[in-house]
Order: sequence, then C-alpha cells, then structure tokens
Amino acid sequence: MLRAMLGEAWHAMGSNKMRTALTMLGMVIGVGSVVLMMAIGQGAQYAVAQTISTMGSNLYVIIAGTTQASGVRSGGGFGFTLRVADAEAIAELEDVTYVAPMQQGTQQLVYGSKNWSATVVGTTPEYLDARSWTLASGYVFGESDLRSATRVALLGKTVIENLFEPGEAPLGKTIRVRNTPFTVIGTLNPKGQNLDGRDQDDTIIIPLSTSQRKVFGVPFAGSVRSIIVQAASAEAMPSVEKSVTALLRQRHRLRDDAENDFYIRNLAAAADSAAETTRVMSMLLGAIASVSLLVGGIGIMNIMLVSVTERTREIGVRRAIGARQKDILAQFLLEAIMISVTGCLIGLVLGVGGALLTNAITDMVIVISGGSVLVAFGVAAAVGVFFGFYPARKAAALDPIEALRYQ
Amino acid sequence: MYEPSPVGRSAPADAVIHVEGLTKTYVTAAGPFPALKGVDLSISHGEYVAIMGPSGSGKSTFMNLLGCLDTPTAGDYYLVGRNVAHMANDELATLRNRTIGFVFQGFNLLPRMSLQDNVALPLVYSHLDRETRRRRAREMLAKVGLDSYADSFPARISGGQQQRVAIARALINSPSLILADEPTGNLDSHTSEEIMALFGQLNDEGITVVLVTHEHDIADHAKRQVRFLDGLIVSDALTPVRAEAAGSTTATAPVTAGQGAPAC
Ligand SMILES: Nc1ncnc2c1ncn2[C@@H]1O[C@H](COP(=O)(O)OP(=O)(O)OP(=O)(O)O)[C@@H](O)[C@H]1O
Ligand SMILES: [Mg+2]
Repeated sequence: MLRAMLGEAWHAMGSNKMRTALTMLGMVIGVGSVVLMMAIGQGAQYAVAQTISTMGSNLYVIIAGTTQASGVRSGGGFGFTLRVADAEAIAELEDVTYVAPMQQGTQQLVYGSKNWSATVVGTTPEYLDARSWTLASGYVFGESDLRSATRVALLGKTVIENLFEPGEAPLGKTIRVRNTPFTVIGTLNPKGQNLDGRDQDDTIIIPLSTSQRKVFGVPFAGSVRSIIVQAASAEAMPSVEKSVTALLRQRHRLRDDAENDFYIRNLAAAADSAAETTRVMSMLLGAIASVSLLVGGIGIMNIMLVSVTERTREIGVRRAIGARQKDILAQFLLEAIMISVTGCLIGLVLGVGGALLTNAITDMVIVISGGSVLVAFGVAAAVGVFFGFYPARKAAALDPIEALRYQ
Repeated sequence: MYEPSPVGRSAPADAVIHVEGLTKTYVTAAGPFPALKGVDLSISHGEYVAIMGPSGSGKSTFMNLLGCLDTPTAGDYYLVGRNVAHMANDELATLRNRTIGFVFQGFNLLPRMSLQDNVALPLVYSHLDRETRRRRAREMLAKVGLDSYADSFPARISGGQQQRVAIARALINSPSLILADEPTGNLDSHTSEEIMALFGQLNDEGITVVLVTHEHDIADHAKRQVRFLDGLIVSDALTPVRAEAAGSTTATAPVTAGQGAPAC
C-alpha cells in the first residue's frame, strides 16, 4: 500500500514537471540558505571560540591609572601607580594561578638589512603560562635573566617571517631592538588574530627588567604599566577581582572615599560578549534564512491546493472505488512531503556546495555540522506535513458525489 | 434462473438490493427539496435492471444511494443483506470497494495512469500486492478485449474503449453489483450497442447489473425496467422482448409503484 502510494506520489510529481520544479525551488532556496547561513554562522562562532582560546582563560588585566595626589589626572595606562611588588602580592592571593607584570609598546626591530616594527612585550615567564603560550623552539628566560636584565628575546611567527629569510633558523641570532642587541633564545607557537583582529604573532617577548632599562624606560624603579592576572576558574573570577581591588587599594593606601588608581579589565567578559555577539549573529542568519523556508512551505501549500482542485474528479473516482478519507489524506500529504523532502535534498547539496565555495573563495571559516543538516531535513519534512495537511484534509473532506460531478 | 416476477418475492436476505421507504431530501437555498419520496424496490442476484424516467425524476439520486456514495434521509437500504443506513464512512468505502463496481457516464479514468493501472486502482484500496494487481488488471483488460492496450493512456483510446476499461475497473474486485448511471450517454449508438452487449455478457455470467438510461433501445437490453417519476417508482416491469426470448410468460404489463414494491 505504502509503496503503491509512494509510486503514485512520485508519478503525480512527475506529471507536471515545471510546476513541481518551481514549487520545489522554494524549498531548495529555503533549505540551501538555511544550510549556508548556519555554516557561516557556526563558522564565525568557531572562529571566535578559536581566538578566545588563544587569549588564555579567566584573565584580568590591571592597568595603572592616575593618582589623585599628583593633581594632574591623565588617561588610563599613563599613570605610574602599579609596582612589580603589587604583582608579587597579588600572586599570594587565593584562587590566583598566574600573575605577570608587563609593559608593551611598538618598536623597530632590525636584523641584518631587514627591519620590521612589532609589539615588544616586557614581562615575566608567568605571562606565557597565563596566556597558555608555548614555545616552538628554544627556551624561556628565567629568574636570573630577569634579575640581571639579560638581552634575550622570544620571537613570534610574524616577526620571524619578516626579519629572517625563509628557512633561516632564528635561534642564537642577534637582532636589534632600539639599537640594543638581543639574542633570540626561543620562538613562539602561532596564535593568530586576537578579538580586535590584531596579529598576536607580531610580538617579541623579553624580560621585564630588560625592557624597562633598555627599551621603554621607567619613571622610577619598580613601577610597571600593567599586570596580567589569571584566576583559577571562571567561578573564581568575581572573588579574585574583589580581593585584587581590596589588596591594591590597601597597598596604595587609598582613603575610603578615593577612587581606584588602577583599572581592572575582565578579558573573559570581553571574550564572552564576543562569543555572544557571534552566537546572536548566527541565530539571526538562521532565522532570516528560515523565512525563505517558510515561503517555500507556503508555495507547497499553494500548489497542493491547486492540485486538489484540479483533481477533484479524480478524488471522487477514488472515493467511489473504495478509497477511505484517510487514504486520500495520506495521498496528498505524501505528495507534499515528497516535494518538500526532494527540494530539501537538492537544497542541502546546493547549501553545502555554496558553503564549500564560500570557504574556497573567501577566508571565512565554514562549519557544516551534521546537526544543521538534520535540522534542515527535519524542518523540510515538518514543512511538508504542516503546509500539506490543510490541502490534504480539504481533499479528504470532499463529498464524493460533488467531486464526481465536478467539471 | 431469472424469476419472472417484478413483484419481489425474495426476502432481503437473498436480494442484492432491497430498499424500503427510501427518501432523500436535499437541503437547498430555496428550502428542502424531496428528490426521492419513499421508494421500495428489491433486486435479486443476477438481475439486469434498467432505470428510466424523465430528467430530474431522482434516478441519479437513487443510484448514488444504491452506490453508498450518499446516505438516505429516511428509509432502509439492505445491500447483500446488510443494512447500510448506519454504517460509518470507512465501512461504506470498504463496501464500495468490495461489493460494487461503478461505471460512469464520463468514464472517469485517471488521465495520468496507464489503462492497466486504472483498472488495478480498486485493488490498491483492497491492499493487494503489486503482482496480484497487475495480473488481475491484465485479466480484466483481456475480458473487455483491450489487453493489448494495457500500457496505453486514456487519452489515446476512443470513448467506447475508455468505457470498456472503466467496466474492467468496475469488475476487478469481483463485485456482486454493477451500477452504471447513463453508461452510454457519451457514446454513439453503435458503440453503445457494444457496451450493452458487454453488460449483457456480464449479466449472463451472473453479475447483477443496474443501469440508468434515457433511451428505450438501451433499456431493452435489460431484463427488467423500472420507471421513476418525481421521486417515486411509477412502473416496474419485465422487458417484453427479453421476457419472450427467455421463454418466460408473455409480456408483463407495467405495474404501479405500489405493486412493484417487495411484499415485505
Ligand atoms: N445535491 C443536490 N442538491 C440539491 N438538489 C439536488 C441535488 N442533486 C439533485 N438534486 C435535485 O434532485 C432532483 C433529482 O435529481 P437527479 O440527479 O436524481 O435526477 P435524474 O433523474 O438523475 O436526472 P437526469 O436524467 O437529468 O440525470 C433534481 O430536481 C435535482 O435538481
Ligand atoms: Mg442523472
């Protein structure tokens, strides 16, 4: 019975190919765009998640602010209120895994005849731990390097590409930063862009003490621009923020009514909001694409209604020779589902093809998940049932005598 | 075999059709319209009945009730001994499928299906397998002399041939009863004769045939003629020539509706 009905539905679809094809086109476009948009949306989400994972997790950055005592208020990051000793004190707090004082700025690098400007970060080895940044080769500078301010450097991938010939090994070479020679002791694994789109590999890392003495200079010994703090877990972040604030206020001897002389920036929150933004964007894309699926469904309903009217006599004949109402219902429902599922399959192929093409001609990340394919398929079947039901019920409800009389 | 009595002596049990006080009142915008006003009739197995009467006398209304396509406003209808008055929709569909073969004036073949598939269609609703459907359809097409057209389509054959295919479709589930409302209405007289010959042959094989016609020479193919007027049977008689040919008593005079009705 089912086979006979499937065969008939297939036959009915084939009997008016142009019309069936145009009806299907609605579903093809609907499913195709849902698949494509979901691939793009999920790709964006994936890309952001990748970027966030390169940032290091549960991070705070504390930036030196202004002292009110000085009388002159200057912008964030331009004050000199933080000390290396503050960082050491923060490290003693509960739920704090890594703390690294740091100072950074853009500097001209020279190697041989080549020069390149990159971000120079002066910090301690804990900086690499906090940001889960590993070495591709060489070793990280240690305590003694920090104490004696040795001129050693770790180079990021972009810096290496721009200073060295392809295939040339940077380890052991000497580059100049602001005319000071530095020996390359390690190379960093690539991290790609950060959330702002800046290339994180365009970086050279040197000991904090060296950076202060040879590169950036400091207004007075022991001061530092910023401190990076990693909390033990996402849950611990609020309490870490509180205890860090309390500790710094106490260490800086701020009166109760005084403002903080530092800023705490929650990098995890920035990451969350970036992830949330892409998630919303991805959902929006899907929702807009779903509208075309809806339009496709309405197209099916429309054509099925026409088909029921055209085939009124046929319905009468079928009823007369023994079709029950549910047989007629099933026949038209099956036809609607078949149109929608066939359209869906074609749309799926085109959507996936479009996604792969997008991936090939742009550098957009595309993620085609089995889930989104399943969803598209389920939605198409549901659209067939939903929009096919009304015409099918109308067909089944026809009075056989009236139907037979229909011209 | 034929009992030469239009006055139904048969009890409902051995009648294919037995109706009592059958009434159909249509509800129209102008108010209720009585199309059948209490019809009594009994038709036994193997009978061949022509229903005649002027336009609007209720013939088609009556046929629709006999065919279980419609339900009466009042009265009883026993089809092969079963009262169909209170049957559910699905039950009626099954009854139509197994017990009745329909032949229409306009043939009503499905244009997109091959003749074989058209003939086999009732069996789809009997849930028979594909192979059986195919085989039986071939047999039926052979019976109406069109087996060589099995894969052809309705639009490719003549009206007379289409009606033969429709008859093959009506026969495929071995019905007890063939109902035909003006089966020759769309055919020329020569083709009509062929179709009537086919009905005659089927009746000889024992199938009960009830048909509606406006034409006397068509009606004369039947063994019994029932005449409608304004929703009532006004005469019920054997066909004179046929009655003689069958070697029965001489021509039966038309009887009134009251006499024509079964005694029960
Ligand atoms: N569905 C309906 N609604 C209202 N009135 C109807 C309906 N069907 C039939 N009638 C009326 O009932 C009467 C009998 O109609 P019916 O079709 O049974 O006549 P008939 O004897 O078959 O006529 P004809 O020889 O023209 O086919 C007619 O007056 C017709 O107008
Ligand atoms: Mg009629």
